[in-house]
Amino acid sequence: MFSRFLKRSSSLLCLLLLTAFVAKATELRVCSDPNNLPFSDRNLRGFENRIAEAIAGELHARLTYQWQRMGRGFIREVLNKRKCDLLIGVPVGMPGVLTTRPYYRSSYVFVTRRNSAFQPASLDDTGLRNIKIGVQALEEEYPPPGQALSRRGLQNSMVGFYGVGEEADKIVAAVAHGKVDVAIVWGPLAGFAAQRFGSRLAIRPLMPQVDPPGLPLTFQIAMGVRKTDAVLRDQLNAALQQQQKTIDRILASYRVPLLEMTAAAQAGQP
Amino acid sequence: MRIPSVLPNSASCFVPRMRSCFYGSLGVLVGVWIFACPARAQDLMQQPEKGSYQERPYQGKMEPDDGQWIRPAKDYASTRFSSLDQINGNNVQQLKLAFTFSTGLERGHEAAPLVVNNTMYIVTPFPNKLFALDLTKPGGPMKWVYEPKPTPASQGVACCDVVNRGASYFDGKIFYNTLDDQTVAVDANSGREVWRVRLGDINKGETLTMAPLVAKGKVIVGNSGGEMGVRGWLTAVDAKTGKIAWRAYATGPDKEVLIGPKFKPYYASERGQDLGVKSWPPDAWRIGGGGAWGWISYDPELNLLYYGTANPGPWNADARPGDNKWTAGVFARDADTGEAVWFYQFSPHDLYDYDGVNENILLDLPIGGGTKKVLVHPDRNGYVYVIDRTNGKVESANVFAPITTSKGVNLQTGQLEYVKDKETKLGVVVRNLCPTAPGAKDWQPSAFSPRTGLLYIPHNNLCMDEEDMQVNYIAGTPYVGANVRMYNAPGGYGGLFTAWDPVAGKAVWNIPDRFPVWSGALVTGGDLVFYGTLDGWFRAVDARTGRELWRFKTGSGIIGQPISYKGPDGKQYIAILSGVGGWAGAIVSGGLDGRDSSAALGFAGAMKDLPKYTTPGGMLYVFSLP
Repeated sequence: MFSRFLKRSSSLLCLLLLTAFVAKATELRVCSDPNNLPFSDRNLRGFENRIAEAIAGELHARLTYQWQRMGRGFIREVLNKRKCDLLIGVPVGMPGVLTTRPYYRSSYVFVTRRNSAFQPASLDDTGLRNIKIGVQALEEEYPPPGQALSRRGLQNSMVGFYGVGEEADKIVAAVAHGKVDVAIVWGPLAGFAAQRFGSRLAIRPLMPQVDPPGLPLTFQIAMGVRKTDAVLRDQLNAALQQQQKTIDRILASYRVPLLEMTAAAQAGQP
Repeated sequence: MRIPSVLPNSASCFVPRMRSCFYGSLGVLVGVWIFACPARAQDLMQQPEKGSYQERPYQGKMEPDDGQWIRPAKDYASTRFSSLDQINGNNVQQLKLAFTFSTGLERGHEAAPLVVNNTMYIVTPFPNKLFALDLTKPGGPMKWVYEPKPTPASQGVACCDVVNRGASYFDGKIFYNTLDDQTVAVDANSGREVWRVRLGDINKGETLTMAPLVAKGKVIVGNSGGEMGVRGWLTAVDAKTGKIAWRAYATGPDKEVLIGPKFKPYYASERGQDLGVKSWPPDAWRIGGGGAWGWISYDPELNLLYYGTANPGPWNADARPGDNKWTAGVFARDADTGEAVWFYQFSPHDLYDYDGVNENILLDLPIGGGTKKVLVHPDRNGYVYVIDRTNGKVESANVFAPITTSKGVNLQTGQLEYVKDKETKLGVVVRNLCPTAPGAKDWQPSAFSPRTGLLYIPHNNLCMDEEDMQVNYIAGTPYVGANVRMYNAPGGYGGLFTAWDPVAGKAVWNIPDRFPVWSGALVTGGDLVFYGTLDGWFRAVDARTGRELWRFKTGSGIIGQPISYKGPDGKQYIAILSGVGGWAGAIVSGGLDGRDSSAALGFAGAMKDLPKYTTPGGMLYVFSLP
């Protein structure tokens, strides 16, 4: 990539910087997971693929993909090795990358059977004791709701569903099939996976939004670039602002449960 | 070992951290900050600290040595001792490079070469090529290369680096594992593939990085993976056919752990039905970790295999109340059937990512007036365990590195006694935790000399603080992890190379190093100990005094395992793969930015200075006397 040339010849610096700028403007190289619906997949069926198209269009850039599973180490191995330049959906303020303004805010949600008598209102609902609660298992950890349940002594209610990639929606199917009584799932996955079951499943945002003393259960999602790519980040910020309505439509079509963005979020703060 | 009672003022030497990757199964969701205090005392790196030592030559039996190196740890007892003595303290200064060989790869090279029938075999990190070098010809030219072509997607599953820890030879074949969960058998003469078998699923987060051992005609393989999602197992594969003979899980009901009538653990805490289920919240054992990505030893007389299990998942221990059997411990299993014979848990309900996978050296030591068949195991939790290998009784557990997380091991109950106020909870600041997640010692294997009776232990010297929470994500799903800061432990250096008296249970000498010592150790009949440093020095030290006698600067940092063999010309050779990487060296081989806080798993921060000292690149170095 151009950075290599930069190192070779400082005399060409200005010219190359210009080239770099043009290169960025003409090619948007997205780091994307090949098998992780509803976020992304190799056949471009994910909402992140659609959002990338909108942003590339706004920037008059050619959209290309580096397909790589977004597991641990991928920022180091993929983004920072310049195999691609852009992450479409990361939490605002994520360390290790520069994040743009957020373009949506969602929440972990309760997924229940609509015909079930038990519809938890919050994590403090006493009905959560002595039932089976499906919880996503990431590579080494439960996401924040798992930690919130553990804090409440509900470890014995938790059923972990390992799911990254094509099996990620199993946790939602488990609710529909009665294998668990309720599942707590990151909103975008829940909304998307629940569609398959028509109106049989209900989704509602987890309460509280922040579990004391400070564990967030809602997140504002932004794009991420390398820490050195402030120019690209600024271009993306402008494009995101222009395309926000399109993005809203895309997210709605994937049934992503959306929360209003906070004032801090509008200002680009976590 | 002299250990100052207070930490250096870490605030004055703060450096940023990176997302790092714990080997095989560390808590990756924990963002890690590292302090790298400038190596305070240059002089500390030169002279070994010495204690009193009564030499006690080993009285037990060693496997006969034919001058080859056919198993990862040289012999079934895992001594990594070569009886060859041409190279010794009187002539090692003349040790010269005999030949080199480039693997052409930039990732971490952790494997020990094998030498069989005048051929050297080298397994590389991903894409896991197997090179055969002809030792009968000058310069050791390549005979053939076998390329298993593992799926590139497996690179995204391996947490830390796409390492491979080596191969085993048996019955005309070389056996090793590929990152994408296949075990392969390759004809040692022709390089032709004899069979391959897929043992795991990268979609479940499993990889294979360990070096298999062949015992009783079976290839013994264990899985690596995250702490959660993956359910640890050890599998025996028929060496002739590649068919699975048995598989023993580390969690779940007794019948899947292969616990039956033969199982007679020493301690009451290991007894009871289906503890692999009952010591977990319901269902949590299904994703509970406990991989077997470390070393396997074998006692042919007892017909028992010994191996450690990795830590439990998830990282947040609050979510898994209970002992979390059978993670973070050691199993003895019947080599024919896989049936468990005993188990001992080093770190019940592990809080700090203390995998139990480190090497087990099988020795017969004078203990309690008689000779006991023991295994010696330097654990991540900071103790060198001496355990009766016939029944799992802990004979001793002595401190070999700074420890604040536990008070000791109760030899009556076998229990590790945790320090209550060092328990971690998300969002709660806990300072001065030692050892850190990578442990007082990680995978880097020790060596034992029957001549000195000492164990030579390469290890880490780090502590950590757990601090505020930080947001991150995996595959589109946000999470929050603890922010961990690691820093050099007392002394100001990151690593130590220690000579340890396993009978007296104490260090005889220590050689500090700027960085964790991430290479394996080799000890020879010439009373020389060989090991490498992350900044690329390959060193020979006096096995009795620790005095450095020779050093050679290789092209890259060393995380490989040195071996010694007799060449077709009758000369003794020493071989080592150089090529920085692995967890500790990922900052170099992975192109990590030491200032980058996202590179979380933590070692890289402590390794911040490493890129100033070395660059990546895999190369074999072979040395001999002129």
